[in-house]
Amino acid sequence: MKPHRAAIRALALGIALASTLALSGLASAETVLRRGNAGEPDTLDPHKATGIWENNIIGDMMMGLLTEDADGKATAGAAESWTISDDGKVYTFKLRDHTWSDGQPVTADDVVFSIQRVLNPETASEYASVLYAVTNAEAYNTGAIDDPAKIGVRALDPKTVEFTLASPAPYFLELMTHHSAFVLPKHKVEALGDDWVKPGNMVSNGAYVLSEWTPNTQIKLVKNPKFYDAAKVAIDTVYYTPDEDRSTALKRFRAGELDVSYEFPGDQIDWLRENMPEAVHISPELGYYYYVFNLRKKPFDQLAVREALAMAIDREILCAKVLKTGEIPAYNMLPPGIANYGEPALVAWHGMPQAERVAKAKELLAGAGFGPDNPLKFQLKYNTSEDHKKIAVAIAAMWRQIGVQTELFNSEVKVHYNDLQEGNFEVARAAWLADYNDPHNFLFLLDSRTKKLNYAGYNNPAYDKLMDEASQLTDLEARAKVLGQAEAMVMQDLPYAPIYHYVSEYLVSPRVKGWVDNAKNLHRVRYLSIEG
Amino acid sequence: MLDLLLRRLLVGIPTLLVIITVAFFMIRLAPGGPFDKERAVTPEVERNLLKAYDLDQPLLTQYGRYLTGVLQGDFGPSYKYHDFTVGELLRAGFPASVKLGSLALLLAIVIGVSLGAMGALYQNTGRDYAVMTLAMTGITIPTFVMAPLLTLIFGIYLAWLPVAGWGEGGWRHLLLPVVALALPQIAYIARLTRGSMIEVLNANYIRTARAKGLAERIVIGRHALKGALLPVVSYLGPTTANLVTGSVVIETIFGIPGIGRYFVQSALNRDYTMVMGTVVVYAVLILLLNLLVDLLYNLLDPKVQQR
Repeated sequence: MKPHRAAIRALALGIALASTLALSGLASAETVLRRGNAGEPDTLDPHKATGIWENNIIGDMMMGLLTEDADGKATAGAAESWTISDDGKVYTFKLRDHTWSDGQPVTADDVVFSIQRVLNPETASEYASVLYAVTNAEAYNTGAIDDPAKIGVRALDPKTVEFTLASPAPYFLELMTHHSAFVLPKHKVEALGDDWVKPGNMVSNGAYVLSEWTPNTQIKLVKNPKFYDAAKVAIDTVYYTPDEDRSTALKRFRAGELDVSYEFPGDQIDWLRENMPEAVHISPELGYYYYVFNLRKKPFDQLAVREALAMAIDREILCAKVLKTGEIPAYNMLPPGIANYGEPALVAWHGMPQAERVAKAKELLAGAGFGPDNPLKFQLKYNTSEDHKKIAVAIAAMWRQIGVQTELFNSEVKVHYNDLQEGNFEVARAAWLADYNDPHNFLFLLDSRTKKLNYAGYNNPAYDKLMDEASQLTDLEARAKVLGQAEAMVMQDLPYAPIYHYVSEYLVSPRVKGWVDNAKNLHRVRYLSIEG
Repeated sequence: MLDLLLRRLLVGIPTLLVIITVAFFMIRLAPGGPFDKERAVTPEVERNLLKAYDLDQPLLTQYGRYLTGVLQGDFGPSYKYHDFTVGELLRAGFPASVKLGSLALLLAIVIGVSLGAMGALYQNTGRDYAVMTLAMTGITIPTFVMAPLLTLIFGIYLAWLPVAGWGEGGWRHLLLPVVALALPQIAYIARLTRGSMIEVLNANYIRTARAKGLAERIVIGRHALKGALLPVVSYLGPTTANLVTGSVVIETIFGIPGIGRYFVQSALNRDYTMVMGTVVVYAVLILLLNLLVDLLYNLLDPKVQQR
């Protein structure tokens, strides 16, 4: 035998051996979930995270005092029970007897430390403001006070922690599931600083532990044997991959390289429904898509103009023919599935047929001094994206029917949102996705004290008063009523034209069991299992 | 030769400084900042963020600090990926980009030069036309069309190769992206080689070589190819820099952990330090590779004699 033939044989043998090993690896008892996550996390530090794709990963590892159950509802997490004072301002949590993945106990000290850390200005947490309901949280976060001990959180004993709120916030328990309120291992963060989130350093109190993180490639989580409910966790290893490109993610899912994939290309929906209907999961998500009018600029200070523009949009056509993925036409602000709320306050004309609305809109515009000789002209801004563009083009066409000339203007996302905050626009696309499931998380946007986030520059003292009133109420029904009045006020004044309510899009392999579509769009792997 | 090397390296330093300075101020002139996003932060939180990243300092102070950092090899923290420094991210991604890029380059040179030479030798025959048609197709079909096409065919219909992902960087994961990355380069190189080869084949020294009765194999292999490769070599300088720094399209479509994405995304994210990091890496590579090209010219072309 010639030497190079021997080499080829050896190589072939090696390849055969390696593939056998690889196959036997796959066939072993380890259960693996591969989850396409639609983005590389900016961080795995729960106090610095901002996106749902980060929350997906972090929430599989860490728990706050409360956590989500399989359908996204708040349930006991690091705390096993709690009591609320009659005035709704003092929450006392009893910690569950559980440990970090390194065996150290989770203590009330960890909780206090975590809250102080997320509010520390040096942590520069973007979501710190969701915790402003806690006494002195805002003052400490904004640097008005320097002493973290003044924040309304303290340890009563190693297993009991007490929160004091500035005013009752019925959404507080829900807030304790938010990643900015996750409990961090004080001993690790103090010893390692910001590096505590690196693989090998990070310890967690949830179902999984960080094992590897290769930026832009994959994040590997392995089951945490110290997790209090580990016996019920069926999946041993989770791979999160960034899969930024939606069509690649879809192909990987089709090829069986992914078991779950977040978001799919909207233009593939017909194909998906036809070819893999059992894998398509579309469900309402807490968020809404709207066009904001700049009330500081003429003629958008006139209600008639805003109303005419809002009326002329045919939301049914938009959702059915342009978006096509089950988005819900919006005639109000608060999305379906919102907690602590009563009946939505719809715009007065929601039941009016489209033709009638168009006629009425023309009338309103004529009343405001616009007509064929003097058409209303303005610029509509949106951030660069195929979907936003399609919607803008469709809506501009709908507005043309009432004699409005719209100039479309797109810019990259950073520029767009900078313009929105600086009030540098006439009409612009915007959206809001809930941080926690409560009407307050949407309605505060129009409070005049919200400043920059109040893109429209809506300034209505009566509205601000309703918000203040609601913040003092502990009775959920009474509070829902006041919040309902606030939404009704917005739907009358129309600083925004609501367009549609979001849906979440997932591809889930039929092999994956335990998946429950939910409005918070959170699906913790500890509840999932794989069949076959 | 050593003299040339030293001189060029010395000139490189002020060039780099100018590039860094221009890039530093230009990216900050762009509207929007690293912390403007869909969910805007409150002004107080924004102040905390700016402070945490020293962005509340006067621009000149920031510039001074940045330069000092770079001199010590510190490119600063990424404003987007909070858990990593720019240096860590570039170091983590560079090997993948280099691996992918150099394989694609190798493939492109071997196939491109062979095809180009073949086209020239069989000028205006069926073979030549076939090669050139192939080359034109390669140039005109953009990567973002070719890459998904390849994944669809080989990943899904035939199911021979993974659609995307990096694995451990094994050949199964490398094959499609390398081919997709190499295809347009093969086309360029083939055209370049063909053009210059035709020119060289008509040159006097080739006629002389043939007249001496040298075997055609030696005429082509030793004499013609050497001359014909000159334009290819100068094309390869910047192309190598391009290929080894990754391609945002290829990396996104195939889910490859290279640094190509940072060149585009960091600018869109206003991740100032990352923009600077990519600029520095690219500038250094270009400077070095251009130098290498000049050195190669010295070897290939006796007319270019450095003084």
